[in-house]
Amino acid sequence: MDFATLLQMLDATMRLATPLLLACLAGLYSERAGIFDIGLEGKMLAAAFLSAAIASVTGNVWVGLLAGIGASMALSVVHGLASITFRGNQLISGVAINFLAAGLTVVVAQSWFRQGGRTPQLTDGGRFEPITLPFAEALRDVPVIGPIYYELISGHTPLVYVAILMVPLTWWILYRTRFGLRLRAVGENPAAVDTAGVSVIYLRYVAVAICGVLCGIAGAYLATALQAGFVKDMSAGRGFIALAALIFAKWRPWYALYACLLFGFLQAMSLRPDVIEGVLNFKVNGQFLDVLPYILTVVILAGFVGKAIPPRAGGEPYVKER
Amino acid sequence: MDVMPKWADVVLIPLISIFLAAILSALVILAIGENPWEALKLMVQGALGSTYGWGYTLYYATNFIFTGLAVAIAFHARMFNIGGEGQALLGGLGVAIICLYIPWPHWSLALLGAAIGAAIFGAAWAAIPAFLQAKRGSHIVITTIMFNFIAAALLNYFLIGALKVPGSMEPASAKFPEATHLPSFQDMFSFGESTLFRGAPANITFFVALAACFGLWALIWRTRLGYEIRAFGHSESAAKYAGISPTKIIMVAMLISGALAGMMAINNVQGEAERLVLNAVEGAGFIGIAVALMGRSHPFGVFLAALLFGFLYQGGAELALWTSIPRELIIVIQALVILFTGALDNMVRMPLERLFLSMRRARK
Repeated sequence: MDFATLLQMLDATMRLATPLLLACLAGLYSERAGIFDIGLEGKMLAAAFLSAAIASVTGNVWVGLLAGIGASMALSVVHGLASITFRGNQLISGVAINFLAAGLTVVVAQSWFRQGGRTPQLTDGGRFEPITLPFAEALRDVPVIGPIYYELISGHTPLVYVAILMVPLTWWILYRTRFGLRLRAVGENPAAVDTAGVSVIYLRYVAVAICGVLCGIAGAYLATALQAGFVKDMSAGRGFIALAALIFAKWRPWYALYACLLFGFLQAMSLRPDVIEGVLNFKVNGQFLDVLPYILTVVILAGFVGKAIPPRAGGEPYVKER
Repeated sequence: MDVMPKWADVVLIPLISIFLAAILSALVILAIGENPWEALKLMVQGALGSTYGWGYTLYYATNFIFTGLAVAIAFHARMFNIGGEGQALLGGLGVAIICLYIPWPHWSLALLGAAIGAAIFGAAWAAIPAFLQAKRGSHIVITTIMFNFIAAALLNYFLIGALKVPGSMEPASAKFPEATHLPSFQDMFSFGESTLFRGAPANITFFVALAACFGLWALIWRTRLGYEIRAFGHSESAAKYAGISPTKIIMVAMLISGALAGMMAINNVQGEAERLVLNAVEGAGFIGIAVALMGRSHPFGVFLAALLFGFLYQGGAELALWTSIPRELIIVIQALVILFTGALDNMVRMPLERLFLSMRRARK
């Protein structure tokens, strides 16, 4: 494998890791606050649809992004009502949200655009365009560093940089602000937070809302940056890979970045079977690469390679008094 | 003392929940510019208006009985088996191997063999998550989700590899031999001139599913093991104190659950397709969640809920055929049922409890 191919692969890794990273961080806020969310997939899907639909109608991708966030937020409100206000089962609520999104997106897309459950192809203005970072052109011919800067770091859509910047921001919020301390506490011991006079309900709703915004960006990225339009079931299990990455990272932001890059790299590899064959001299089954994230997560969950311990109060509705 | 009488808990709440789901579904149909009343009439006509329609409705219902029972038994041990889909896929693999590689003399023996094969493969696929939950404390919901994806990839691998017909481009196994053909309702109920259930896939597996309902009821409420499973589900610490081994209950409940989900394959793989195709389960494993929630985890409730979903499935297919409403509407209805009967249960329950409480006070 030559240097150019390696750069291509890493470039694809960046693009494929971005939706995983955004969804993973979304799950991180929610689960750190004690609300399990297996509805990441559904929220991404709903956001992907509405962002593509609105972007194709208005021709403005930023309006589309807002609409996508709105769709994801609406489902977050349902999840919040079910799991915080009505103290229902958070896992069942997540399952319901996934199906609601899978069904509604196709039903609405079909009656709106009549193209077999997809939105029209997005043209310029309806998509996020790659941005060239400063000096990228000038530095292009510098050996090694030039191509790395030009190919790998520059030339992505804005949402890729948003996703990367969210990692230090999340770390800072979680570990350096009062809000972050309370958020983590409410996922470990909500009674203590309540005793300190801070509203558990409020904190959890805020966490679920942040989760909705991030899932919305992730979904909009799928439909308006990675691809040009919505197709049925386009999230294709990414919400669950993000969940896997979250466990892999043991609910910590920087490790979430590494896990998502790893899983993104696996996805990039399964798209380029010729490259793997060239390097390893034998054929690797593409299916195997696709499920490797899930297998790795089961191994991590089994605790054979460092145990993953979820937030303590996760999944349990908070009852003030009995 | 319970706030509500038992009938309200068992009958009234599910009815209100499904009513809410129905209203929201009707609003969705209205919003996409169709008439909900016409849609309902079309569904009833298509699913229940002929023996052909019934043949499809009961075929789907058979699938959902198996997956619904699978989720229900896990619920009794307070576990959420979301992996019915993967376990049913593996069950299909078991059925295919048994039907293809063993020369069966008669369909009845083949049915027995396939049922055992399906149950073993399904149970084996549930065994790993169950073991990890019991011994290592890994959350069963997450591991069973992961195992669904791994199962799909595994089936894919076999269907483009070892099981594929040489020379064929299609990722599917060879057709099963004639001797493994299960009697369909058409074979069983057509006498002389009149042909009933013509061309419909419902087959003898429906009665196996009924037997499974009864068997599970007997297991849960008439045996020591069933008592232990329920006790564990109500309170893990109390069950432990009473000398019930959590490891044993988790393993046994999940093995039964996986076996039931796997046994769905005798209906869709041996009974209908008579070969193994890609994605043979078509989401029936997930519908089991809705069915178990609606049926309140009771085998009889599961049976009724499975019939309802069989009706929705066949009716939905008819809708997609005659109107511009796509089949995915059924997924929306399924999601709403899960939401109202599962996650938003308290939303229905709390006002009802208040109502019953005030009624009781008024009487005193």
